[in-house]
Amino acid sequence: MTARQRADRRAGLAFAAPAMLALSALAAYPALWVLWLSLQQRVPIFGIARFVGLDHFVFLAGDARFWNAVRVTLVFTLASVALELTLGVAVALALQRQRSGRRLALSLLLLGWALPSVVTAKLFEWLYHPSAGLVNVVLGGHAINWLGDPRLALPGLVAADVWRTMPFVALLCYARLLTIPVEVYEAARVDGASRGATLRSITLPLLRPILLIALLFRTLDALRAFDLMFVLTGGGPANTTETLTVYAYRSLFQTLQLGFGAAIGVVVFALVMAVAWAYLRALRGAGVAA
Amino acid sequence: MRRRLRAWDAAVLLLLAAWATPFFWQLRTSFTPDVELLTTDRAVPAHPTLIHYRAVVDRSVMPRALLNSLGVASITTLLAIALGLPAAYALARLPVPGKGLLLLAVVASTAFPQITTVSPLYLLLRALGLRDTWTALVLADTSFALPLLMWLLAGFIRDIPLELEEAAFLDGAGRVAVVRRVILPLVAPGVASAALLTFLAAWNEFLFAFTFTATEASRTVPVALALFPGVFEVPWGDIAAASMLASLPPIVIVVALQRWLVRGLVAGALKE
Repeated sequence: MTARQRADRRAGLAFAAPAMLALSALAAYPALWVLWLSLQQRVPIFGIARFVGLDHFVFLAGDARFWNAVRVTLVFTLASVALELTLGVAVALALQRQRSGRRLALSLLLLGWALPSVVTAKLFEWLYHPSAGLVNVVLGGHAINWLGDPRLALPGLVAADVWRTMPFVALLCYARLLTIPVEVYEAARVDGASRGATLRSITLPLLRPILLIALLFRTLDALRAFDLMFVLTGGGPANTTETLTVYAYRSLFQTLQLGFGAAIGVVVFALVMAVAWAYLRALRGAGVAA
Repeated sequence: MRRRLRAWDAAVLLLLAAWATPFFWQLRTSFTPDVELLTTDRAVPAHPTLIHYRAVVDRSVMPRALLNSLGVASITTLLAIALGLPAAYALARLPVPGKGLLLLAVVASTAFPQITTVSPLYLLLRALGLRDTWTALVLADTSFALPLLMWLLAGFIRDIPLELEEAAFLDGAGRVAVVRRVILPLVAPGVASAALLTFLAAWNEFLFAFTFTATEASRTVPVALALFPGVFEVPWGDIAAASMLASLPPIVIVVALQRWLVRGLVAGALKE
């Protein structure tokens, strides 16, 4: 090892150490701690703290509220991700042909994405207001109680999530479309390819890799989502919008069962990691190198 | 052809403006007097008023929350850059022991659900006596922002040609001098992008802020908005005004700093 290599190793350690220490203390340590917590019964207000092993997970396996939360989480994730990707691609294709006013277009597009999700929740709470909400006005003045109706609350929540996250998908796809050389399209036109054929055999295949990445990002975010449902519906009515994250939060900080809430948090973690792992495997299998 | 393209441009802008309607409707509501809130057939209120903004500024915790959010988000951004930039350089350029594993850990931790770590973090911060302080939020937000920030910056640094550094080494510069004179100026736009994303994430963050704060001493804007009090009925106009104030930094970022925001967002996805 030369002096230069030794110096580089020292520099590498010195440069990386502060961030790694911070991440160990504030991310890795809590991540291990939560596993330990999930094996305990801890109810601080009663001074209860004892080891219960896998009891919480056994209880969850037979807990109807838990399975409801799993169902709500999956329905929310599938519905909003599917809508976001479809609408996002459509908007990106529309933007691709935009010649002037691109900056304004991107400002309008990204606005919903950049706002705090608590603001989004307040925006939609007002839009869904039974008597003064814009949604009911547009629909012809019916007094539909969107967030109070067990059948409508989840679709209403999905709509709000699609509103704030579609722009992210659209932006990624749009950025990819901009890198396709104009000559490719000109060649297709010279060969007499129709608009539809060009879209099917040139544009969409080129979008595929970025769409897969958007799919991963958005699926993980939807599985972890909390703010929007917590503020907009609070999990109600009748738990029809109670996702795993909301169930976990309520257990942790409203009924103060730290161990039990931690166990639900561990389930969310496992779910996210399992989806990410399955996705990366599938991606490798399909031979798509990003 | 020109005419048709212009019509297309206008149609797209109109469509995107329609998509942004929820925001513009809230903007309208924030200037609408209470008696007109049920009147929905006008695009602009008949008697626009600032009364809701006055109520929010004079009689709510919002001004203090804005200060808290500004402080927490700014300090978080500075701390995350200070910790993340050297680490990103090390990951991009230097032989760090266990680097492959470190990179994997960094990528995996960008997928960490907040709800999973919120309970141990709560216990940790409480044990340190940091409940209801800016410090608690800065620490939690920084730990959450760091992985993505390091990932982004490492990508930007890898884009810088190695020859530039080698040339500086041949001139006898040390590692720190090379980073300062060669890397920093070239990676500055990337740092701006990463800083914007970090600031935005900290400004918008809700779960940690909601859990680790207890009073207006440290409550941030999203928390104040979520807890916005109504005595007998929901003060929709005041909430609308408060929402607009909470949206100011994101609007500035999207409109005035768009180039850096887009660069950061796109780089984060394309470098994966």
